[in-house]
Amino acid sequence: MADVTLRKVVKRYDEVEAVRGIDLDIADHEFVVLVGPSGCGKSTTLRMIAGLEDISDGDIMIGGDVVNDVPPKDRDIAMVFQNYALYPHMTVAENMSFGLRLKRYPKAEIKSRVDEAARMLDIVELVDRKPKQLSGGQRQRVAMGRAIVRNPKVFLFDEPLSNLDAKLRVQMRIEIKKVHQKVRTTTVYVTHDQVEAMTLADRVVVMNHGRIEQIGTPNELYHKPATKFVASFIGSPAMNFIPCRLEDLAGKLHVRLTDRIAFPLPPARAARYQGIPRADKLLLGLRPEHITEAKPHPEPGVEAFETVLDVTEPMGMETLIYFTLEGAQVCGRVNPNAGAQDGAPLRLAVDLNNMHLLNEVTGVVL
Amino acid sequence: MTTATIDKAAPTRKVKYGSMSRDRAWALRWSYFFLVIFAIFFLTPPIYMFITSLKSSAEISAATNPWWVFHPTLENYAGLLTSNQFLRFFWNSAIVSIFVVTITMLISVPAAFALSRMRFWGSATLATGVFLTYLIPETLLFIPLFKMFAVIGDWTGIQLINKWYVLLILYPTLTVPFCTWIMIGYFASIPKELDEAAVIDGASWIQTLTRIFIPVAFPGIIAATIFAFTVSWAQFLYPLVFTTSTDQLVMPVGIITSLIKGDVFNWGQIMTGALLGAAPPLIIYAFLMDYYIAGLTAGATKG
Repeated sequence: MADVTLRKVVKRYDEVEAVRGIDLDIADHEFVVLVGPSGCGKSTTLRMIAGLEDISDGDIMIGGDVVNDVPPKDRDIAMVFQNYALYPHMTVAENMSFGLRLKRYPKAEIKSRVDEAARMLDIVELVDRKPKQLSGGQRQRVAMGRAIVRNPKVFLFDEPLSNLDAKLRVQMRIEIKKVHQKVRTTTVYVTHDQVEAMTLADRVVVMNHGRIEQIGTPNELYHKPATKFVASFIGSPAMNFIPCRLEDLAGKLHVRLTDRIAFPLPPARAARYQGIPRADKLLLGLRPEHITEAKPHPEPGVEAFETVLDVTEPMGMETLIYFTLEGAQVCGRVNPNAGAQDGAPLRLAVDLNNMHLLNEVTGVVL
Repeated sequence: MTTATIDKAAPTRKVKYGSMSRDRAWALRWSYFFLVIFAIFFLTPPIYMFITSLKSSAEISAATNPWWVFHPTLENYAGLLTSNQFLRFFWNSAIVSIFVVTITMLISVPAAFALSRMRFWGSATLATGVFLTYLIPETLLFIPLFKMFAVIGDWTGIQLINKWYVLLILYPTLTVPFCTWIMIGYFASIPKELDEAAVIDGASWIQTLTRIFIPVAFPGIIAATIFAFTVSWAQFLYPLVFTTSTDQLVMPVGIITSLIKGDVFNWGQIMTGALLGAAPPLIIYAFLMDYYIAGLTAGATKG
């Protein structure tokens, strides 16, 4: 077990910078997820921690030691790959014990470790099978078993669930979480799936274009995104962004969406946004759950307006509604009994206590 | 694990397979037609050899139906198998082939691994270069090579010409490039993550090769082995040029030099010798056929 530290880590391929100076501190026992769209540098970062890629600049430390030039086998790490990477000619038990056998551990020790890991992953009856006789989920368990038996300082996961179907993915997600609760090994996990990131992580690192956009707990990222990228990447359906600007009406600060629609801001928000020039082009960020059907007795900060819906999507426990405001498509979530229908008008309410205001040009959340 | 079951007993539509199976039938007919033609074409010579090998010299030269044996005899077989000279040729061929296969595999498997996996400077160019060497025919090389060995003999006193072991240097120039090329293809079909997993598990390059790559690419190694064996067993030009004493000859050359005396062709024994000479590769093919086929097609599709 160990902490992992990245200091201004850069990866250059010829002219292209895949990773552009990353600083990251991962505490002992922590489960950190690197998430971002494909090509954002998250896998490269993981592979640099593993030692599979050289680093062009900066330092990587595991357990306080700089490991820049340490080969992978001496870094005491274990990695789980997207395509499992099981040795096809070995049984499950042989796959799991390969690393220990190379290090010439005593046979009894190897056996007890393999048995323990097999029990933890519920694959005891599979240990004598070959990988081709296993299903995708079982193979991924074996790949995790291979990591667990080594009892390494750090676990690295490279999109381990991407090859599984949706249902199995949910199940394996819970499985990974359980394993981490038991073994408490420091874990770095790479995924492009924000749901995986939110559900698994102690802390999420959102990456884009080779840089870290934001680091935080899942809740921090969801409720206090730092940039438009994070705000739109985290959460499903994604946050709505509506062009707007600030306006003073009758001595109160308003946010004006259209000629017709302008909402007064709640006092706390008004104080926070007071200093923004009124002419600035802004975006109003609202999550779909903060756009609901209007209620007879609204709480303070909740403002109602009327609109015509484009499309509705009944999901059972809720209905997703889509309408257009100032050219932007907006998504809301209403009660299935609210009477939302395709093409029909509906009276909606926006919860401005949970609003975000973004600079349209820089994408920074204000 | 729970699994949801889907009711597949939903009403189905009757599908006509008529035209499909008619197409298939025609395709099969044509396939058989050509396969039979090819089979006749390729099997006629060995059958003719077999028939001739059962005839006495008198019957061969008699003007009877050449496709029928009127007085079958095993005298050609008995003559060859009791001839020390022929057994010597056979023995020389076996020793040369076994050594060449071993040398080839010891060079080309590690070479292929290095060229396909240990991305070093110039490795791609080198891999292409290896293949290009294979494209140069031995008919172009045998005179300069002969001259080279003669010069080496003069300088160092190491006599290579007219020794069977000169073939252990010559044959690998044919087998190593091709086998290396085959193995590069094989190793390329092994996912990169497999060696990365091995590296993280603590394996060195050598351990990755011996404990992961060789077992996984075993069909490819079999294919390369068969190829190397066939090439060295059947090679004619190099032994013809480089060996002359009867005790140094390998079978293909031995048969024609010892059984053709001037303008006298001992056809019965020539045919018998050729058949017996073809036996070892045939036996090896028969045993390793499954591996060989798997070897030729692996890597064609993913999965």
